[in-house]
Amino acid sequence: MKPFVVVLIAIVAREARRFVGQRSRFIAALIRPLLWLVVFAAGFRAALGLSITPPYETYTTYETYIVPGLCGMILLFNGMQSSLSLVYDREMGSMRLLLTSPLPRWWLLFCRLLASTSISILQVYTFLGITALYGIRFEAAGYLSVLPALLIAGLMLGALGLALSSFIKQLENFAGVMNFVIFPMFFLSSALYPLWKMAESSELLHDICAANPFTHAVELIRFALYGQFNMSALLWTCGAALILLAIALWGYDPARGMIRRKG
Amino acid sequence: MQRLIPFVTALAFASPAISAEIWVTNEKDDTVSVIDIATLEVIRTIETGERPRGITFSKDFSKVYICASDSDTVQVMDPVTGNILHELPSGEDPEQFVLHPNDRHLYIANEDDAVTTVVDTETRSVIAQINVGIEPEGMAVSPDGKIAITTSETTNMAHWIDTETRELFANTLVDSRPRHAEFTAGGSELWVSSEIGGTISVFDTASQAEKGKISFKVKGVHPDRVQPVGFEFTDDEKTAFVALGPSNHVAAVNAETLEVEDYILVGRRVWHMAFSPDKSLLFTTNGVSGDVTVIDVAKREAIKSIKVGRFPWGAALRP
Repeated sequence: MKPFVVVLIAIVAREARRFVGQRSRFIAALIRPLLWLVVFAAGFRAALGLSITPPYETYTTYETYIVPGLCGMILLFNGMQSSLSLVYDREMGSMRLLLTSPLPRWWLLFCRLLASTSISILQVYTFLGITALYGIRFEAAGYLSVLPALLIAGLMLGALGLALSSFIKQLENFAGVMNFVIFPMFFLSSALYPLWKMAESSELLHDICAANPFTHAVELIRFALYGQFNMSALLWTCGAALILLAIALWGYDPARGMIRRKG
Repeated sequence: MQRLIPFVTALAFASPAISAEIWVTNEKDDTVSVIDIATLEVIRTIETGERPRGITFSKDFSKVYICASDSDTVQVMDPVTGNILHELPSGEDPEQFVLHPNDRHLYIANEDDAVTTVVDTETRSVIAQINVGIEPEGMAVSPDGKIAITTSETTNMAHWIDTETRELFANTLVDSRPRHAEFTAGGSELWVSSEIGGTISVFDTASQAEKGKISFKVKGVHPDRVQPVGFEFTDDEKTAFVALGPSNHVAAVNAETLEVEDYILVGRRVWHMAFSPDKSLLFTTNGVSGDVTVIDVAKREAIKSIKVGRFPWGAALRP
């Protein structure tokens, strides 16, 4: 058991060191959701209130509505950032070095995933602290109950990044990932607007949003922030996490995935 | 077992514990929705006359008076059975009314007739009709029962009525379309809300002089949509909660400094409100969204919105 823990500590410590060394990245990751909150949400029907959908029991301002979505945004972008750094690690050779460890590959990748998710969660809590100062607060228990939701959502989105990184051959291809994965995932979800609003304009768009795992990750976070549990969101998020992790493992399998392709 | 039987029998016949209720009139449904304060759910819906608006209970809560505006009557209902006991002559189009502290005289604003009708609820007869301004609406009686107030929507005045002589003794100008009036519990101040003017005027009762005016500004809402209507004071009279109509917000006003301290998001087109018995919860009627928003008074946060009938308007507490 000990080698497993040693590897876990080593990988988490490496990510933590990298995180400490890249404070500008931390700030940049916070600026993005804060801009959405302060500029976009404030100017976008902030005063009107949205119709009541669970977990809300009364009318809520748009600013309050998008906070869980912006927490999801931090996890999503960080998942992609971590995928970017994986591609970088691979190009630099440190990934190859890591994968030569005698421990199982799934454990190494999972440790990498856990490390980047922990950093993301730290960023989410910092963001929630700033939103509290901004005037959008949740019950104290909500800040606690959101932790497992953030962990599961973070692992799922990290697994997505891991899976993508196994298929990205070069760092330059990352822009394509942004355009074809992150933005559609973010905009076609319940992060910015409730699904019933989507259904008003297009049933097809609504169905796409409902099938988007990011929607369920956001809803899991939203319900947890209000001390509530959403079983279907949990099942969707866990299911997506397992599938994406399996794809990542396949991608990192030297016999089949990217390592063979890279030669 | 022998001993248990009387106990079980007593339990079976005991009346169920009744918790406090909020009664809400639904203008378009011609009904009253009864909300249980403990569960925050509608537990009864009772039919009324046409277009029920103003609602108030007798002192002992054995009767509830309902302004059925389009039926041109005030209905007297037994709140236990929900049956209409009788109707009172109210004059045309009664909208709001107020029960005098003597628990007997109802002062009713007759919007179409420009009069305030005084009805004796015991003899069920009109004992006076007082000419006031055009489209009277808001009604209030001072805690000592000596002064009644009618506000007229088109004349833009608060009319001060001596309840002994039943004559006007003062008229004070307020901003456009005054719709609601309340005395503070001590009776030293009269507050009048003006829907189009977007203000509340505060008067010194003794001199009828205006001593202050409250304006509202809801972030992101056009000033035309900020329309103060119903309002209520907390027990300590330090705070007044004001319904701001189509701005969909309730304002919390410091009653001493007359400064607005908070705006609370509620449903669409908020009209009137009623407190729970301990005044920890406030229930606002939201006309367009057809629901009642429950506000946690201490936190100044909306905690729940409860669907009621179409176009809820008046609200009253039954402890």
